[in-house]
Amino acid sequence: MRGAPTPMAELLVAEKLTRRFGGLAANQDVNLSLQPSQLHALVGPNGAGKSTCINMLSGDLAPTSGRVLLEGRDITRLTSFQRSMIGIGRSFQRTNIFPKFTAFENCRLAAQSRRQRAWRLFTDAALLVDARDKASAALKRAGLARREEIAAGTLSHGEQRQLEIAMVLATDATVLLLDEPLAGMGAEESAQMVDLLKALRTDHSILLVEHDMDAVFAVADVITVLVNGQVLASGKPETIRGNRDVQQAYLGQDEVLHG
Amino acid sequence: MDFPSLLIQLLNAVQYGLLLFLVASGLTLIFGIMGIINLAHGSFYMIGAYVAFVLASATGSLLMAIAIGVPLALALGWLLEWLVFSHLYRRDHLEQVLLTYGLILFFEEARSLLVGNDVHSVAIPELLRASIALTDTLSYPVYRLFISLVCLALALALYLLIRHTRLGMMIRAGSHDRDMVAALGININLVYRIVFALGVALAAFAGMIAAPVSTVYPGMGGHVLIISFVIVVIGGIGSVSGALVAALIIGFTDTFGKVIFPDYAGILVYVVMAAVLLWRPEGILRRG
Amino acid sequence: MKRFLPLLKYCPLVLLIALPFFAPPYYTELLAKILTFAIFAMSLDLLIGFTGLVSFGHAAFFGIAAYALVLLTPKYAAVSLWIAFPGAVLAAAVAALVIGIFALRTKGVYFIMVTLAFAQMVFSLFQDTKLGGGSDGVFLNTRPDATLFGYTPFDLANGQHAYYFVLAMLVATHLLLARVLRSPFGRALVGIRSNEHRMRSLGFATYRYKLGAFTLAGALAGVAGFCYAVLFAFVNPELLSWHKSGDAILMVILGGMGSLGGAIAGAFAFVAMQESFSQLTKHWLLVMGTVIVLTVLFLPGGLAAVPDRIRRTLSGSARRAAGITPPPSREGGGSEGGAHTDG
Repeated sequence: MRGAPTPMAELLVAEKLTRRFGGLAANQDVNLSLQPSQLHALVGPNGAGKSTCINMLSGDLAPTSGRVLLEGRDITRLTSFQRSMIGIGRSFQRTNIFPKFTAFENCRLAAQSRRQRAWRLFTDAALLVDARDKASAALKRAGLARREEIAAGTLSHGEQRQLEIAMVLATDATVLLLDEPLAGMGAEESAQMVDLLKALRTDHSILLVEHDMDAVFAVADVITVLVNGQVLASGKPETIRGNRDVQQAYLGQDEVLHG
Repeated sequence: MDFPSLLIQLLNAVQYGLLLFLVASGLTLIFGIMGIINLAHGSFYMIGAYVAFVLASATGSLLMAIAIGVPLALALGWLLEWLVFSHLYRRDHLEQVLLTYGLILFFEEARSLLVGNDVHSVAIPELLRASIALTDTLSYPVYRLFISLVCLALALALYLLIRHTRLGMMIRAGSHDRDMVAALGININLVYRIVFALGVALAAFAGMIAAPVSTVYPGMGGHVLIISFVIVVIGGIGSVSGALVAALIIGFTDTFGKVIFPDYAGILVYVVMAAVLLWRPEGILRRG
Repeated sequence: MKRFLPLLKYCPLVLLIALPFFAPPYYTELLAKILTFAIFAMSLDLLIGFTGLVSFGHAAFFGIAAYALVLLTPKYAAVSLWIAFPGAVLAAAVAALVIGIFALRTKGVYFIMVTLAFAQMVFSLFQDTKLGGGSDGVFLNTRPDATLFGYTPFDLANGQHAYYFVLAMLVATHLLLARVLRSPFGRALVGIRSNEHRMRSLGFATYRYKLGAFTLAGALAGVAGFCYAVLFAFVNPELLSWHKSGDAILMVILGGMGSLGGAIAGAFAFVAMQESFSQLTKHWLLVMGTVIVLTVLFLPGGLAAVPDRIRRTLSGSARRAAGITPPPSREGGGSEGGAHTDG
């Protein structure tokens, strides 16, 4: 994970991922691949199965069939915390922070996960310089450097979404699974988030689930469209934009595009 | 063990299991539908038994006592839900545990105050005092068969209620999304009150019919509560069918355990629970 | 003037140290009993208040250690304190580890029920079998001997010495827990209470942390149980009953969850409630039960609301210094809430 990745090697791969709930197939034979320093957007109408897909990639949900591979290694059986330890980080659609801790402590705790000699019962956590440095760096990167000492629960909505991502950054994740980071954001906040995503793209692999199509077209290298649990189309943004099936099924009905 | 003795133990196991099922079904329904963990559930069993004792002594007939006692239990359940439990729905588990623990203290002490702490026995109703002969020396009490049949009938009634009536549908619906169901105009508060009263009545009724075979003693509430918890854990919360399977497992474990390892029979039940936890922590029959 | 405020928190300790010198032996004994419960309450607070694990079987570990002491003591001699104490605490810790391995496979309500069930199992073990005298209990004929290398620093049969022993255990437990809670392990526990799902998502193997907390809490409950046996020289299965576990939960809540000092205060409050209600009436449990029910119904923050507010004011400065919570801003007196560990 730490060496320089070969340019065209695939980092994270979903192979025929299928998930059934009773008779309903929330995801059917979904194939996805993520390359280093690439932002892959997963889009689709509500109920298309995007959350299910990201849950299967992060380890929160087990697939009914199919595999997840990281650098060629089958990680389908790994739990969410095991996947986090090998560099897959995930942010959540519904803000999932520790409201009573400061923003700093949120990130410090996240960073602490990296050096788990779990039985460190007697050292003072505040002395773990490593974790503190990572927390500061993550918060700075996410644009929250000046809000470190504020209780996370009292941050504005946009700042909380930033904190969501900062926490993942603090865990040294190389693959970021971001679930609707722009959810509930106004225009200015969205623009800031888009800038952040562009910056992160340079040294991370990002799978972005999003509804905001403007943002998606601004940052994505590859777009996969999911409809009714199946991949409708996948490719470069221009190709997707011009794809008639996609326009019919999704773009035309829901979103207005800016050329 | 020869066949007649085996048959007796088998029948005892089934009877005990079915009785436990009555109590546990109320507990799992109340938790599954309303999300409330009720430590005082065992107290209802105890209250049923003591009410049966008092009324049977007064009227001379257990059946009469039950006829009066069940409506009383329903009323108690109704009142409790209205006054106390309806406020617990959105509270977290710790507060529910604490409040229902307070209720246990209240009920136990109230019983002590009103009826005392003695152990009592209740006579089997005249009608059911016969025994069926199995061999020249062994026979099986009709009353125990009666208990099993009544419990089975109630289990069936419960199944029909939940699967095939509008109330049952509302119960099942309410368990999934309270606010949405309420928005549909179904009086969710009424449904909850009915379910709670039903749960209380089931537990109390179990205490009443069990009284002749298990005696009436102060610690009976606590004892049945913990066994009920074990049943709910094994069977899965909210699953009435799971409770039935688990109750029968416990009935067999306890009955045959007493025969095979008399000293350690009390622990066997928990060993079974531990084994289930290793294998399927969410319960044998998961909800739904 | 402000500089002396932090010193205020040592006042209770000074009082406790001084007490045997001017109070009659009855009060020393009573206080020693309360201090034993305080240790018990702190150990449970680690689970409920800090990790978010509502365990209803904590008395099992209290009782196991108490029984261990009695069982380790030869019939007509004394056992060495330096063997009996580690032995008893170890017994409690091992029991907690084993029970924890099973119980922690469950969450939320299941966990509450399972811990209750396992504790009842331990109770049955002591009640129904001949292990340790059955339901009658067993007496401790001679208290452990503190002799080490020929020198006897104190005599546990002496009421005052026993009192100071318990007090020393209380202080040691408090210091230990305070240390643990400041450590990475402790911070992770608090994170688990706040949001276990996110902790797992961030890479924490939460089961191991919870098991560690459960075992540690069990060991400390064992310390309390050991002290109890030393003080009263008699153990019976009642020590393991779920009523004792319920009492412990009450103490933790009375004192305000998530606060070690609070747990100690809760133990005092609990015994005070017990004493005052039993003066009122023989059926004081009726009053106790009613008070509990009414308080949960009408004090939304639970019984912790009042001590919580006092505690926040007093300890706010300490927490701010550690950078763990920010200066009080718009976030008002939200209650600590309960154990949100279920899915």
